[in-house]
Amino acid sequence: MSFVKYLISGISLGSVYALIALGYTMVYGIAKMLNFAHGDVIMIGAFTTYTICSTLGMSPAVGVLAAVVLCTLLGMGIEKVAYKPLRKASSPLAVLITAIGVSYLLQNVALLIFGANTKAFASVVSFPALELAGGAISVTGETIVTILSCIAIMICLMIFIKKTKAGQAMLAVSEDKGAAQLMGINVNGTIALTFAIGSALAAIAGVLLCSAYPSLNPYTGSMPGIKAFVAAVFGGIGSIPGAFIGGILLGIIEIFAKAYISSQVADAIVFAVLIVVLLIKPTGILGRNIQEKV
Amino acid sequence: MKKLNKVVSVVVASAMVMAMAGCGSDANSGSADAYKIGGIGPLTGDGAAYGLAVQNAAQLAVDEINAAGGVNGYKLELNFQDDELDAEKSVNAYNTLKDWGAQIILGSVTSGCCIAVTDKTKEDNMFQLTPSGSAVACTQYDNNFRVCFSDPAQGAASARYIGENGLASKVAVIYNSSDTYSTGIYESFVSGAASQPFEIVSEEAFTADNKTDFSVQLQKAQESGADLIFLPIYYQEASLILTQANGMGYAPKFFGVDGMDGILTGVDNFDKSLAEGVMLLTPFAADATDDLTVKFVTAYQEKYGETPNQFAADAYDGVYALKAALEKSGAKPSDSISDICEGLKAAFVEISIDGLTGEGIVWDAAGEPNKAPRAVVIENGAYKAM
Amino acid sequence: MKTAFMTKLRSNKALKSNLITFGMVIIAYILMEILMAAGVLSNLLKGLLVPLCVYAILAVSLNLTVGILGELSLGHAGFMCVGAFSSAFFSKCMQEAIPIAGVRFTLAILIGALCAGLFGILIGIPVLRLKGDYLAIVTLAFGEIIKNLVNILYIGIDENGFHFSTKSSLELNMSENGKIIIQGAQGITGTPNDSSFTVGILLLLITLFIVLNLIHSRDGRAIMAIRDNTIAAESVGINITKYKLMAFSISAALAGVAGVLYAHNISTLTALPKNFGYNMSIMILVFVVLGGIGNIRGSIIAAVILTLLPELLRGLNDYRMLIYAVVLIAMMLFNWAPSCIRWREKMTYWLKSKKPVKNSGKEA
Repeated sequence: MSFVKYLISGISLGSVYALIALGYTMVYGIAKMLNFAHGDVIMIGAFTTYTICSTLGMSPAVGVLAAVVLCTLLGMGIEKVAYKPLRKASSPLAVLITAIGVSYLLQNVALLIFGANTKAFASVVSFPALELAGGAISVTGETIVTILSCIAIMICLMIFIKKTKAGQAMLAVSEDKGAAQLMGINVNGTIALTFAIGSALAAIAGVLLCSAYPSLNPYTGSMPGIKAFVAAVFGGIGSIPGAFIGGILLGIIEIFAKAYISSQVADAIVFAVLIVVLLIKPTGILGRNIQEKV
Repeated sequence: MKKLNKVVSVVVASAMVMAMAGCGSDANSGSADAYKIGGIGPLTGDGAAYGLAVQNAAQLAVDEINAAGGVNGYKLELNFQDDELDAEKSVNAYNTLKDWGAQIILGSVTSGCCIAVTDKTKEDNMFQLTPSGSAVACTQYDNNFRVCFSDPAQGAASARYIGENGLASKVAVIYNSSDTYSTGIYESFVSGAASQPFEIVSEEAFTADNKTDFSVQLQKAQESGADLIFLPIYYQEASLILTQANGMGYAPKFFGVDGMDGILTGVDNFDKSLAEGVMLLTPFAADATDDLTVKFVTAYQEKYGETPNQFAADAYDGVYALKAALEKSGAKPSDSISDICEGLKAAFVEISIDGLTGEGIVWDAAGEPNKAPRAVVIENGAYKAM
Repeated sequence: MKTAFMTKLRSNKALKSNLITFGMVIIAYILMEILMAAGVLSNLLKGLLVPLCVYAILAVSLNLTVGILGELSLGHAGFMCVGAFSSAFFSKCMQEAIPIAGVRFTLAILIGALCAGLFGILIGIPVLRLKGDYLAIVTLAFGEIIKNLVNILYIGIDENGFHFSTKSSLELNMSENGKIIIQGAQGITGTPNDSSFTVGILLLLITLFIVLNLIHSRDGRAIMAIRDNTIAAESVGINITKYKLMAFSISAALAGVAGVLYAHNISTLTALPKNFGYNMSIMILVFVVLGGIGNIRGSIIAAVILTLLPELLRGLNDYRMLIYAVVLIAMMLFNWAPSCIRWREKMTYWLKSKKPVKNSGKEA
């Protein structure tokens, strides 16, 4: 029985990682950049919802919508000001470092606006917990909503990329920017759209992260951001279903490591598993292996 | 091709060095009209909530004292520097304060940083009072004093309190294994528990990188049949633990130490009913009804729009303790740093303070305060003495 | 004799560049010593001299991995952590046995470098099989594992020898007069304060000597060949694994040296996310990228600028870290954005055209 409980805890945690990882992998897959500021966009999204719902007392739906709109604009703004000028830089590391600068910036802006005090985030989910096995096991409403949103977002993203023109353009840009431009694809517009979608997903992830674990401060996003990055790599970065699987697995491994090995070294175990997986399958679980040519 | 860039960077680097080389060269001995107190604590980063509380409360105390005529006829001046919760930055902050002309150090707020600074204050023989550095080594030298309890004192006192009052027969512990404060209390609790009539049935840890999900730790506690969970951790994580325990329908007794203070006020929008029945050993309660606390809490709320926590109370008491010791020693701002330090060292063991964190607090020569921790229980969203 | 040297200097661009780098460090050292002797150096800068050496060494050593070997490492702080803890452990144990600070510290440096180098080899063997971002994430993982394990390490010493535990200091089962050296998350306290600016500069010069010599040696050219085209390098008979491992482990050992310097500069050593976690690894990477990937001198300058910047901004109080972030972004754009580089070229051209061109030699 305790095994099932741990499994459910793992899935709950993993579904949050998966949701964040979807945004991460989306941006990485198309724009080929590790957006270290993704975790902080999540935090901004959560703060937006918190301000609208708890401080101004409006309904959760308004809060979530506002967070999505604000984060989308923020993501596009960051892309335009900080990332776009560096797209043609001689090393891809330049934009990575700028993303770190953006991450510091967002954290400190939040610190100045909202203060350092932790806020208890009121859950936006009013869904009751699901009782199984005569009440011995319960799955919280937040977990159910998170998993359902993950699956819905995953399917939507896959359909969007496979079936729409904009999605096909994204695929083309991710394969070869130069060739895509020659084919008449608006590369700048496509990448801006990618960031818009990625940031909108970050807003939703932020709201659900803080609904499941109601503790919000300016540094809330950074650790889940890194964990989601790990999850995305785990599943094969750039792969949308890979991000989902990677997130869920990461959550389960983390909880099992705490439960059955040692809560002190749970972090080390999670990372050790990641290393082993990558050594066996160097491009993650669902990653594609690209043959290198001279 | 990159010539301009090179020139610019070399110029920038040397300009910065020169700017710093010059900044504090003129400030050696203190100015004649004010005591300069240097504060150190985390104002940004993960520990910002603690550092800002200390900064605010210390400033409040300084303003009050100055408005009431100062100390020995001189004003107090406070300069508070950020250490980002990093020992090396804490030493930088100390050096910045030295350049400013600081004569007394109030800090650092956290244990690790505080230990790093004690070495430097010892070298310069500058008096250092930490409001909240609780590790044993924070008062390793004769010029270091503290306002809060030390880690061993808290852990042992908690074990004794739980045992003597028969609060539980099976106890679980959840602690932060990556934190100096938490592991310090955890260890002294475990050694103190050996001679008490309860048994520790579950000891689970979490780390700074892994502090959102506590379901495993709680489940282990539940499965081991613990009727009390000891939480030697800060209130932010404690608030999550209480929420998650409630979510899984597990309702043991919870017992915390001074880091737990703030559970009612430090987390905005927290559902206080979750904290109902939580017990903690704390010297300070923001909703106590004595005049001093009421005055302090009202003034703090007016000025900063927040309810003060344990850290704020320790800092406030610290500034008043410094005032009392300065008056006792009769040191003047124009005295050398070392003379002020010697005077304060001698005066600190003689003064007695009626502060927010206790009545009649006295210090021994080792720098430890002697005050009784008060056990309180949360009832109807407020502290109640046990 | 002199003219021969000058001719050689003119013809050998690399030698000239190296001499400038060494000269820059030595001049900075002499300048600081003069200022210190004159008593005009602020306490803040005096306190920052050793940390500046630490970060410069870290930046140079990471540049070896990132710039010369061409692999992204996000776990450099892990090697620094190994060097710091192993050497602090040694110094703490030997504080009575070897009372001469110089001898003890020299041994500590060697031990720190050796341990970090060993970890570099152990981690390098599996890691270097991976590529690109996957390699980056695995180094990040190793760095986090090291930090996590150091946090649960308890080591004490008494007359029966060493005692180990991963649970708590109580489980060390030591006798009355035993002393705890590494106390889990509370780390090591009371490491002797052996670091000094002179030692720091010496270590930085040694680091530069090792790295610059390596770059301009046969081995270095092999390493850069691997960076530029692995398959081509392999086809001309370069042993990929050997050279990759060589660069990676030297880089790790030098990070270990920086760790030794760090550990002996402040009296308390704890493995926090802030100083040995991925945050620090990323910070070192920021130095390297801002200074120019593969540009050793740039790494030192960037490390100095970015370490001093937050201290100089202290006057801004609440806005300090905000401005720091803005400046970091602006500097990155100025240094890296193609449009900014074009603008800079124009400016250089404009400045040059205003005065007669003196040296008609080739421009660097």
